[in-house]
Amino acid sequence: MSASHAANVAHPTKSLSVNPLKSSAPLGAAMAYLGVADSIPLFHGSQGCTAFALVLMVRHYKESIPIQTTAMNEVSTILGCADHVEEALLNLKARVKPRLIGICSTALVETRGEDMKGDLALVRERRKDELAGTKVVLASTPDFSGALEEGWSKAVTAMIDELVERPAVRTTRLKHVNILAGVHQTPADVGQIRDLVESFGLTPVILPDISGSLAGVVPDGWVPTSYGGVTLEEIAAMGASRLTIAIGEHMRAPAARLADLTGVPIEVLDRITGLSSVDRLVNLLSEISGQPVPARIRRRRDELVDVMLDAHFHLGGKRLAIAAEPDLLYALSATLGELGAETVVALTTGSSSPSLVKVPGPVAVGDLGDLERLAGEREADLFVTHSHGRQASERLGLPLMRAGFPIFDRLGAQHRLLAGYEGTRNLFIETANIFLAEHHAPTPAALAPLLTSTEDAHDHAPAQAH
Amino acid sequence: MALKDKIADVFNEPGCDKNQAKSEKARKKGCSKPLVPGAAAGGCAFDGAKIALQPITDVAHLVHGPLACEGNGWDNRHAASSGPTLYRLGMTTDLSELDIVMGEGEKKLYRAVKEIASRYAPPAIFVYQTCVTALIGDDIEAVCKHASEKLGLPVIPVNAPGFAGSKNLGNKLAGETLLDYVIGTMEPEHEPGPTDINILGEYNLSGELWQVKPLFEALGIRIHACISGDARYREVASAHRASVNMMVCSAALINLARKMQERWDIPFFEGSFYGIADTSDALRQTARLLVSRGAPDDLVERTELLISREEARAWARIEPYRKRLAGKRVLLYTGGVKSWSVVSALQEIGMEIVGTSVRKSTEEDKARIETIMDDPHMYDAIPPRDMYRMLKDCEADIMLSGGRTQFIALKAKVPWLDINQERHFAYAGYDGMVELVRQLALAIHNPVWGHVRAPAPWDGEGRVSLAPPLRGEGQGEWQRQSRSQSAQPSEPLAAAPRVNPLPAPEAEARGEQDQPSRASKRRFAGHEAQDLGEC
Ligand code: SF4
Repeated sequence: MSASHAANVAHPTKSLSVNPLKSSAPLGAAMAYLGVADSIPLFHGSQGCTAFALVLMVRHYKESIPIQTTAMNEVSTILGCADHVEEALLNLKARVKPRLIGICSTALVETRGEDMKGDLALVRERRKDELAGTKVVLASTPDFSGALEEGWSKAVTAMIDELVERPAVRTTRLKHVNILAGVHQTPADVGQIRDLVESFGLTPVILPDISGSLAGVVPDGWVPTSYGGVTLEEIAAMGASRLTIAIGEHMRAPAARLADLTGVPIEVLDRITGLSSVDRLVNLLSEISGQPVPARIRRRRDELVDVMLDAHFHLGGKRLAIAAEPDLLYALSATLGELGAETVVALTTGSSSPSLVKVPGPVAVGDLGDLERLAGEREADLFVTHSHGRQASERLGLPLMRAGFPIFDRLGAQHRLLAGYEGTRNLFIETANIFLAEHHAPTPAALAPLLTSTEDAHDHAPAQAH
Repeated sequence: MALKDKIADVFNEPGCDKNQAKSEKARKKGCSKPLVPGAAAGGCAFDGAKIALQPITDVAHLVHGPLACEGNGWDNRHAASSGPTLYRLGMTTDLSELDIVMGEGEKKLYRAVKEIASRYAPPAIFVYQTCVTALIGDDIEAVCKHASEKLGLPVIPVNAPGFAGSKNLGNKLAGETLLDYVIGTMEPEHEPGPTDINILGEYNLSGELWQVKPLFEALGIRIHACISGDARYREVASAHRASVNMMVCSAALINLARKMQERWDIPFFEGSFYGIADTSDALRQTARLLVSRGAPDDLVERTELLISREEARAWARIEPYRKRLAGKRVLLYTGGVKSWSVVSALQEIGMEIVGTSVRKSTEEDKARIETIMDDPHMYDAIPPRDMYRMLKDCEADIMLSGGRTQFIALKAKVPWLDINQERHFAYAGYDGMVELVRQLALAIHNPVWGHVRAPAPWDGEGRVSLAPPLRGEGQGEWQRQSRSQSAQPSEPLAAAPRVNPLPAPEAEARGEQDQPSRASKRRFAGHEAQDLGEC
């Protein structure tokens, strides 16, 4: 874990984590690989880790998820893993014929500690013929370090290293823009970004593009790999694009790597939810395309402004308890803050992200046990976190707005749009509606002047259990 | 006993008939087939141990390891509780890189146990070993022993790290844990009676225990401990005082049943609550064994009375569905539920079982399937690609399976019903069977199939076809039918044998479908694979 902690982030040392907020880094890496066409992620570890990750992704996306495992056991872990990697690659190649195999290491093999890069290079060389036509990428993603963001970002960096071509003479495709989407973007968000970019006459190359693979596809035949996504050819040509736009601080590192390798300039947008943040993206696209902002997009902005006017009544002064990975935490707390909602509890998974400095209010690394306790102490009105927050929500009788991963007890996680003017509009409407639904008719007891001593007691009183 | 010896011991299970049929050498190797890298699926031993123990509701379950084991897997089953909710909390030591490098694991574990004891005051804490902590040599047994002494409550090590083997091995190691540390350590709250039983291997998923508990209670039989659905620690710890054990999921806890018989002289039988005949059989066997252990003789007679009353009631409730389900073909793909039991129940209502998986069945199970199905197709495992093709080729009208294979059926646009651990409906006992039948009818006859099977009215390039879509030439049978739902099926269609396996819902609801003849029954035949989509 990185030693650099953002200034405002408390990172208590705890021995016991109750109700984890985190999903594991290898899972994040696997998700990133699934944003590439004809790919299959391969967990390097014991089969159980794969099963848990797979089940969780299936529950979130409601899709069959192709993830395989090197199936390490006690003996092979102690003796060394290289054989298992080799066997797994050959088996996958023979059975599934993917164009990309994305390896994510797990805590087990990382603890054992070995030269996976070196081993893989040997296997690639030795099995050149058998593996022809299939690229193999390796990301080191031990479970004990980081969460989804780290895994996702490392996998993207690994793909850039391995798959982007570096021709001696650089040519630039002026209409092409690289988009490095973050793990907090849903398939619907990615689709929205594509539409935005295309509406300026530009061609986006989106890595990873989960809108092609995880947005809900019913293919005509049996597909044992990812259903779609960015192609290897498109990735290879990313070095010729005009610009790279990275979304979220966790995509800065992969963008920087791409710039180092190919010289493509980068622009990191810390979020693309919230009026001014989307304005910034739209401005940027207009600038590089030399096109005016299309009427359709201007109309969307107007609608958003109108919704903001309607919704601010219901969000102003509301107290939010948010738990999410850094970039999503920042996007949600900052955007909802723009209508006057206050983030009174902000919990996250790691302390090193620069986004955390921008979260309005103090941030701590914690779990959903902390979220529950602090939300009670600080008299929050609303939980914002993934589905595992449902236990806390039931116990405290506070509503839960689901955001992040995993969302397994509601449909449509992949279609939830939070990016762009439309996504921002959705977010405001959904949040306001929760408060509207919570609104209780006035009663004499609630309004009696002498029963409460503090002036704002009924604003803050936790909602009745329902 | 070291983990290695424990594993050898549970593999050498004399109560397991599958195992006893093997040679000495084969037995030593254990039941788990070696996993193939790049072609393996399934949970680890830790997962299996947790499945078996986590339903104990009033204790804390603490997972010692880095994040993945608990972070990706907690709160993922519907094991229901009638009271305490402590078991639902996901507790883990969430080891960081630093903890591992510095060898802080054991200390952190002890502190975590201490914190749980003071924060939640549970009657016991179960501590689960995982791969990384096993690899770095954390001695959870020693930490638990120390903590038990210091804190004055049972802290129980569950030594089933994932890489030791499969989920099934984990189930067994969980049984061993109960034998070593839990069962026999407390006395029951109530005076033990002559009609007290334990149920082993029932996890109360979706509340299924509650579908059968009243049946026992109506007979004056007390379920002393269910291991482990909706269990309290004390019930499990005093399970040695029951008169009879019923073992529900055969492969999972056989070692526990057998060793309880050895140690405390509790006879056991293997039964199931899935299917009408099986539920009756379970009640019957319980009564008989209890009488042999000193319960009043009339228990047998009273049981028969209850059975005949409940069976009649169940069949009467199933009757309305019979017409809609008769002749429908089921692909049953499951490891957890005893296949033959559901097979016989579905056959009783006239459904046809076109295939069943026997992955986890014993030889005896397979023999029973052979006797009840006249043309049994038993599979160990069907590769997803083949399963997709079978479904796409309409070789079954519905698949019953677990969540993993759900999308194979759905993407092939074939009805699917969840009968594994994540299901939302309870299918146990007489009521459960009625519910299963109802859900089958709902799934098969949902109008959605007609709609989703209809192709979009344009070609690959988005060109809208000129011919009216309703009369589209060259479409598959079901596609044409699904577009003419309101029309009467034309003569050839109605007369067609089973090449037309997915007729329009209305046609069937009206009962216009002929009963399938034996001759028209289609078999699975991988080599006969047809073009996808052509039914
Ligand atoms: S295989 Fe090992 S590391 Fe993976 S989930 Fe199971 S116990 Fe944890």
